[in-house]
Amino acid sequence: MAKATTGIKASDIKFDRYRFDVVVIGAGGAGLRAAVEARQAGLRVAIICKSLFGKAHTVMAEGGAAAAMGNVNENDGWKVHFRDTMRGGKFLNNWRMAELHAKESPDRIWELETWGALFDRTKDGRISQRNFGGHEYPRLAHVGDRTGLELIRTMQQRIVAMQQKDKKEFGDAEKYIKVFAELTITSILKDGDKVSGCYGYWRESGDEVLFESPAVVLATGGIGKSFKITSNSWEGTGDGHALALKAGSALVDMEFVQFHPTGMVWPPSVRGILVTESVRGDGGVLTNNKGERFMFNYIPEVFKDKYADNEAEADRWYKDQNNNRRPPELLPRDEVARAINAEVKAGRGSEHSGVYLDVSKRLPADEIKRRLPSMWHQFKELADVDITEQPMEVGPTCHYVMGGVKVDPDTAAAYGVPGLFAAGEVAGGMHGSNRLGGNSLSDLLVFGRRAGAGAAEYVKGLKGKSPEVSDKEIEKAHDHINDPFDRDGNENPYALQQELQNITQDLVGIIRTESELKESLEKIESIRERSKKVRVEGGKLFNPGFHLAIDLENMLLVSESIARSALEREESRGGHTRDDYPKMDPEWRQYNHLTTWSGKKVEIEAEKAKMLPEELLSLFEMDELKKYFTEKELAKGGK
Amino acid sequence: MARKVKMRIWRGDSKNGDFKDVTVEANEGEVVLDVIHRVQATQMSDLAVRWNCKAGKCGSCSMEINGKPRLACMTRMNMYGEDENITVTPLRAFPVIKDLVTDVSFNYKKAMEVPAFEGPEDLKPGEYRMQQVDVERSQEFRKCIECFLCQDTCHVIRDHEENKKSFAGPRFFIRIAELDMHPLDRLRNRKKKAQEEHGLGMCNITKCCTEVCPEHIKITDNAIIPMKERVVDVKYDPVRWLGSKIRKREGIE
Repeated sequence: MAKATTGIKASDIKFDRYRFDVVVIGAGGAGLRAAVEARQAGLRVAIICKSLFGKAHTVMAEGGAAAAMGNVNENDGWKVHFRDTMRGGKFLNNWRMAELHAKESPDRIWELETWGALFDRTKDGRISQRNFGGHEYPRLAHVGDRTGLELIRTMQQRIVAMQQKDKKEFGDAEKYIKVFAELTITSILKDGDKVSGCYGYWRESGDEVLFESPAVVLATGGIGKSFKITSNSWEGTGDGHALALKAGSALVDMEFVQFHPTGMVWPPSVRGILVTESVRGDGGVLTNNKGERFMFNYIPEVFKDKYADNEAEADRWYKDQNNNRRPPELLPRDEVARAINAEVKAGRGSEHSGVYLDVSKRLPADEIKRRLPSMWHQFKELADVDITEQPMEVGPTCHYVMGGVKVDPDTAAAYGVPGLFAAGEVAGGMHGSNRLGGNSLSDLLVFGRRAGAGAAEYVKGLKGKSPEVSDKEIEKAHDHINDPFDRDGNENPYALQQELQNITQDLVGIIRTESELKESLEKIESIRERSKKVRVEGGKLFNPGFHLAIDLENMLLVSESIARSALEREESRGGHTRDDYPKMDPEWRQYNHLTTWSGKKVEIEAEKAKMLPEELLSLFEMDELKKYFTEKELAKGGK
Repeated sequence: MARKVKMRIWRGDSKNGDFKDVTVEANEGEVVLDVIHRVQATQMSDLAVRWNCKAGKCGSCSMEINGKPRLACMTRMNMYGEDENITVTPLRAFPVIKDLVTDVSFNYKKAMEVPAFEGPEDLKPGEYRMQQVDVERSQEFRKCIECFLCQDTCHVIRDHEENKKSFAGPRFFIRIAELDMHPLDRLRNRKKKAQEEHGLGMCNITKCCTEVCPEHIKITDNAIIPMKERVVDVKYDPVRWLGSKIRKREGIE
């Protein structure tokens, strides 16, 4: 085979060429919702899936989508949802995003029904809503414990419906929307400071593809695969985070990583697979190896008035929510994950270093199977555990990154790069330092739609004067893809990925310290050096070793961003816990961390967070605000 | 408690291929996909296999294990004997791309042929009212994770490429049934069209699809048979025929 495919002229490079108005990278909830919106605005849209169409990670969301429809408790409304979201994020959230999210979620859920979604129902025939951690009222629209599947399938079928209509009208199903399955985007292309398109390769053939497009929406999801124990699939390699950094945009608050408190811990091969929070929402309790319901010992000061401090009251809450405080099992995820971590460290863990989660004593077997069918199935088939009779063994698993691309809340436009947009997990700000369960699926819908609309408006504003793709950009993107075939060296991409996962897990995990974070940065740097010696075996035809070699670079960038941001933030808040700075500090609440990439180095800059406006600040009691804000800030009022 | 297992993996592309024998470690509690990943990481870095969630929720890692269509992530290694040679091959009903990865685009083409949900025009978003018992029938079919194992095992197309043109397959019969049983779908004659346009009549209810469904959807009993029966019923029952005329309408404008 001929060597040295890199360093050749654009005219000698073989690639497929497409032209679209908008390219959406990612086909999970946010990407598909963005595509629907852009198509409805009359634009031609490409949807890029890294996997097959309909397999994106959204499919794994279990519990539900939070939306204050008030179907189960009529006291619910957007203001209550907004308050819960801000509390969950410890007030570091971009308040405008939290506001838009709380206001628009119900419409986004109802819209899904008109596209064929079938949520579980209340007795009077409306969409049922379930309890979840951090949500004051039952708020999560759900379908058993497979809500993500319903969401993605509904939108997948919505795309198909639009294509069917286009076929009828124009004789071509793909005239306006074309789905590109199993394609990886490796570069965002620019003309000056503006997006001119993107470049990548078909996973199946390895053939290269150029998309000329004035707008690109990043909807690539999360970063979990940078950690050893994770609920994320292979796709969660932080592609969009890395693409945005390399395109000159910025990430915000990357130190905040959510460890979901309940992942499977046994057997080893399933370690990390998610156990839905619905188990606790539906009455599951957490106990240690002494049989103690330990969560009562971990209610933090800021939540003391909202959570029951004794079993009797906690149990009564399931029947009467208006006169009792919530069980502490339903504290926000960061609190529960830290508590489990502490119990295990203190020697009170289960046989396989987790804790016990038991729903069998609360609900009859049939009811468990009806409400939690996938959980029943998952434990039965993978762990030989019957959850209608036995407790589950669970422990924290890397689940979600709150940090992400800095965006304009209203249009989802990415910071600093005209034509680049981001929505869903890849975007940052909405969830502050910790995301509430159920707020992700609604986030995808609300901001997916806004990104589609934002991109459409931007493209229309160009009035046909699209930025152009230069030969130089194509050559650079081509070299990037082909480099792993031309290198000298014998590093194995799988081995490097494993080493990186161990480093982040051990040194940048749930509990962090300065010395370990510094150590992690040195180690990440050494992996980066070695990654330049990864040589790919075999050809380009569906070659996972090649795919991983490309993804590895993204994982390295993301891991470094998290570690550097974490090192800078000298406090503990939400998904960032520093053993050497265990307290939450109102001074730190005033700052977000911006991550940028100079081409050689990840750089972190502290940026002043915007204060809530008076009308949102006034939704909270002063006593509560004092826990989060400095006296000086509160004296000035909302500005 | 690692043990050594023997595996025969089919390797090749659309033109050529052969079995490769490997010996590989397997640990307690592992599934076939874990072991394939170990082979990939240590012996065959370019071994092609699709997977995503590794929890039986996305339906990506469909393949044939000892000749049976299965999800590799939900197939425990301890199902097989200590000395058993485990053979893994790509789905037989679809063209091979490479190794264990096949071209499943047939299914996406068929999806395009099933008319979408057509909701009531007089109800605004938020006004839909449906009873749990009425949505449950369709919800069973919406559990489908599109692993396409039912399509792979269905003998109408498994060894009869020529039938693919006129046969949508079990996955799309449950899609049609789901829409037909949706309390608010307005489109008429979904059953009739299943029979006339999607090849429902070619199914002779051997239930192979139900057997391989990892979601335990009763494809034959709850979707295919009721549709076959009602196609006949509606033809001969004037009251039901009239009822369906009033509530539903033909085609999409």
